[in-house]
Amino acid sequence: MSTQTEPPEQTDDETESTPEAEPEPEPRSPGQRRRDEKAARAAERDREAAEAEPDLGDDAITLKVFRYDPEVEGKTEPRFDTFQIPFTKGMTVLDALIEARDTYDSSLTFRHSCRQAVCGSDALFINGRQRLGCQTQVADLDSDVVRVEPLPHQDVVKDLVVDMEHFYDQMEAVEPYFQTDETPDGELEEQFQTPENREEIKMSTRCIWCGACMSSCNIAADDNAYLGPAAINKAYRFAMDEREGENMKEHRMELIEQENGVWRCQTQFSCTNVCPKDIPLTEHIQELKREAVKSNLKFW
Amino acid sequence: MREYDVIVVGAGGAGLRAAIAAQEAGADVAMVTKLHPVRSHTGAAEGGINAALREGDDWHDHAYDTMKGSDYLGDAPAVEALTRESPKETIQLENWGMAFSRDEDGQVSQRPFGGLSFPRTTYAGAETGHHMLHTMYEQVVKRGIEVYDEWYVTRLAVSDEDEPEERDCHGVVAYDIKRGEIEGFRARDGVILATGGLGQVYDHTTNAIANTGDGVAMAYRAGVPIEDMEMIQFHPTTLPSTGVLISEGVRGEGGILYNSEGERFMFEHGYANNDGELASRDVVSRAELNEVNNGRGIEDEYVHLDMRHLGEDRILDRLENILHLAEDFEGVDGLEEPMPVKPGQHYAMGGIETDEWGATCVGGLYAVGECACASVHGANRLGGNALPELAVFGARAGRHAAGDVDEEAEITTGWDEDSEEGENVSPVPLGEAGLPSAEKGALADGGRSSPPTDAADGGAAAESAGDAGVVEEAVQAERTRVHYLLEKEEGINHAEVRSELQETMTENVNVFREEDALKAALEDIREARQDYQHVTVEDPSRTYNTDLIHTIETRNLLDVAEAITVGALARDEFRGAHWRKEHQERKDDEWLKHTMLSWNDGSPGLWYKPAVLEGEDKSYEPKERSY
Ligand SMILES: Cc1cc2nc3c(=O)[nH]c(=O)nc-3n(C[C@H](O)[C@H](O)[C@H](O)COP(=O)(O)OP(=O)(O)OC[C@H]3O[C@@H](n4cnc5c(N)ncnc54)[C@H](O)[C@@H]3O)c2cc1C
Ligand code: SF4
Ligand code: FES
Repeated sequence: MSTQTEPPEQTDDETESTPEAEPEPEPRSPGQRRRDEKAARAAERDREAAEAEPDLGDDAITLKVFRYDPEVEGKTEPRFDTFQIPFTKGMTVLDALIEARDTYDSSLTFRHSCRQAVCGSDALFINGRQRLGCQTQVADLDSDVVRVEPLPHQDVVKDLVVDMEHFYDQMEAVEPYFQTDETPDGELEEQFQTPENREEIKMSTRCIWCGACMSSCNIAADDNAYLGPAAINKAYRFAMDEREGENMKEHRMELIEQENGVWRCQTQFSCTNVCPKDIPLTEHIQELKREAVKSNLKFW
Repeated sequence: MREYDVIVVGAGGAGLRAAIAAQEAGADVAMVTKLHPVRSHTGAAEGGINAALREGDDWHDHAYDTMKGSDYLGDAPAVEALTRESPKETIQLENWGMAFSRDEDGQVSQRPFGGLSFPRTTYAGAETGHHMLHTMYEQVVKRGIEVYDEWYVTRLAVSDEDEPEERDCHGVVAYDIKRGEIEGFRARDGVILATGGLGQVYDHTTNAIANTGDGVAMAYRAGVPIEDMEMIQFHPTTLPSTGVLISEGVRGEGGILYNSEGERFMFEHGYANNDGELASRDVVSRAELNEVNNGRGIEDEYVHLDMRHLGEDRILDRLENILHLAEDFEGVDGLEEPMPVKPGQHYAMGGIETDEWGATCVGGLYAVGECACASVHGANRLGGNALPELAVFGARAGRHAAGDVDEEAEITTGWDEDSEEGENVSPVPLGEAGLPSAEKGALADGGRSSPPTDAADGGAAAESAGDAGVVEEAVQAERTRVHYLLEKEEGINHAEVRSELQETMTENVNVFREEDALKAALEDIREARQDYQHVTVEDPSRTYNTDLIHTIETRNLLDVAEAITVGALARDEFRGAHWRKEHQERKDDEWLKHTMLSWNDGSPGLWYKPAVLEGEDKSYEPKERSY
């Protein structure tokens, strides 16, 4: 189902008709002048956008956004809303969503914070693929229509916001913290690590907990108990860190070898394909499988 | 009502470290944070952590560099605590497994950074903050510390004595974003604010969208003075289209700045004949804008940062993340072309006034990290000095709040005998905008139980009902405010007010500051405040209502923007990051003092307090700052 959103409201007029707290009118300050100019520019933009509507020119995109709210009338049934957004050079999908929210519908809801692919807030399903909104240039989508949905296989809280609890639970199930048998004695004593070992774990440490991989994984979709690629990658990060020591590594191998661990992975590479931090997830899972075989042989 | 010993508001580096320390000292701790911890903006820090770890380095040198960098507005006891304890905290991070970059011999790597006399910036690729944030969160998970994530703190529960120095903080009020419920959190021993930066006051910033100065605004309205707010750092190398930061690490590794004529202007135009590109950030930012203003900018807007000569191997090894950022956010391949850069808002040196334990003048209320002003950065922060601040002061405040410290602080908080009244400099009234009387109380969030000016809504109740009563009353006040915002039918959207504000701040309260522009900004802010009286939240939902959250954040932005601008107008000298067109020299006779601003229940007042230049065993004599 698709509904057309209303044209932008004339909020400026409303402001002026509301009684001001200041008793007497003042000469236009530079700020007021700028704002008036800005309002004029905005009106001009809106006119242009409205004109462009029937025939989408190069400078507007059609943003189709999934909407759902469990308690607001008219939104309890999921639907798509369509927004016409003026295209600007360098615009990301996150920018387009912000523009839609701030100019047309302030109830449009999505997570975002850093705008630079480090906070992991805005993994979304964009034109049929898991991507970070802030890292996706609209121009790179090669389409005038941008369709944005919440991450598949996760419960939707509202609009584009999904419930991340299950993802967090899986992350936390792998003892995601550094543990070692021998801690250095001295207060200023560091544990040494070879640059090669640091390099080995480097990619695995880049995870930003966005959940894109988990959402793309068929196995995880069918089976909630499966740890999923991000959690296994987290386990990899520690298991491969030489500073933790051999005993700890054995303990970690036991954790990821359990029923819902590495052996569930069917090497479909979907997680690796969508990871915004280019983490070779499938490779890491395969490597853990090999390590597991090795350590099992040792005990035979 | 929920109850804990210590409540930490915010879960970036500062909050996480504070929570760990308080818990280790035996306290029952909860963290309340509007973002899940790993989404905090500490994760965006790139360059590194300054720590005097090596042979030939000495924390005293780090202290000296920091004081000089601060342009002698840092407080020595805080600067010394930072530099003395940073090595311990940095190695602590390593011991917790943080993936620092490594030298051939397996030690953690360090690199040169601007304004430092020794290459002591300890780093993890160009993603140091990401590693630090995740490492600390891992420790919080390990310890089972309770985290309320996506809970938005809207008010502090502070008692209502006349003088802020007599008040106590008993907890906070928070809004559960997912369920839309408002709840009280009582803190038996202390509340630690760690809410981070305020970059959203500007429209070109390296800060996250969530960096809205909430903690500063809440503490300010609860009566805590805010200090040196005019001291805003503009980072010289941000990408022009988004504000995304290109780390100083690029210059640390040897990156070069060029103007449109291909001149290496830091040297060729004499901005910093010794240190060139590695001069302090304020110096480089002004130099770039000067080049642009003199017609030597590229597209009249930016300059070039070139790292190609470092070679692919070195870049991939130490600066790989920079290649991704330049590619994803500016479409530039840093291996093939120079990167466009210009100054952008980056860091707030000022903030909530604290001593060197993070304690404020209100009993039981602490502040640490970027929202606080101890002050370690004075008028200008050195790159690589914020991350150690998170760890050092987070740990100190956590222990102090848990009752594990009995040392007296050297730095005083609140009004004291050395304080001096300031004159009003603003052309327009400051603070709370005049409200239609029916709405008073709903939007007039004084920030503590009940403003004495408004006895009608139960000013005395707080005292009689005890500590829990203070929290309960604050909860009621927030329910009223949220109800009002949600129910109000007609009005404007907060986004309009926010963009008005960002526009005037970016235009008038930027790197170069002029008296008339600052006054114009204050007028604009006043208008924005009046406009804010008409905001409504259009989204009626209780579920994940970001419209409501952003509307409350915008109110906080108004308060901090005004404070920045008032401070900038009052300080008629040039010190550190603060440059005034009409006053282009540092005036040590008059201005070796902090700008303080108190909310005074809605009618803010300026005052001053001397900078503390006396350290443990030496005094830091102001010297000319040249690089
Ligand atoms: C791009 C960038 C690069 C940087 N690089 C470096 C560097 O290399 N070296 C260095 O030393 N410094 C660097 N800095 C500075 C440093 O990273 C920051 O100053 C520091 O990380 C701030 O940490 P924090 O813990 O104070 O705040 P943040 O990490 O921003 O955390 C704030 C927390 O408060 C919470 N919060 C905020 N408001 C509320 C509220 N109302 N209710 C509940 N919770 C709330 C948020 O959810 C968040 O968890 C950099 C800064 C930026 C922006
Ligand atoms: S592994 Fe990649 S896709 Fe998965 S959560 Fe981490 S960053 Fe996101
Ligand atoms: S907004 Fe932070 S990852 Fe996109």
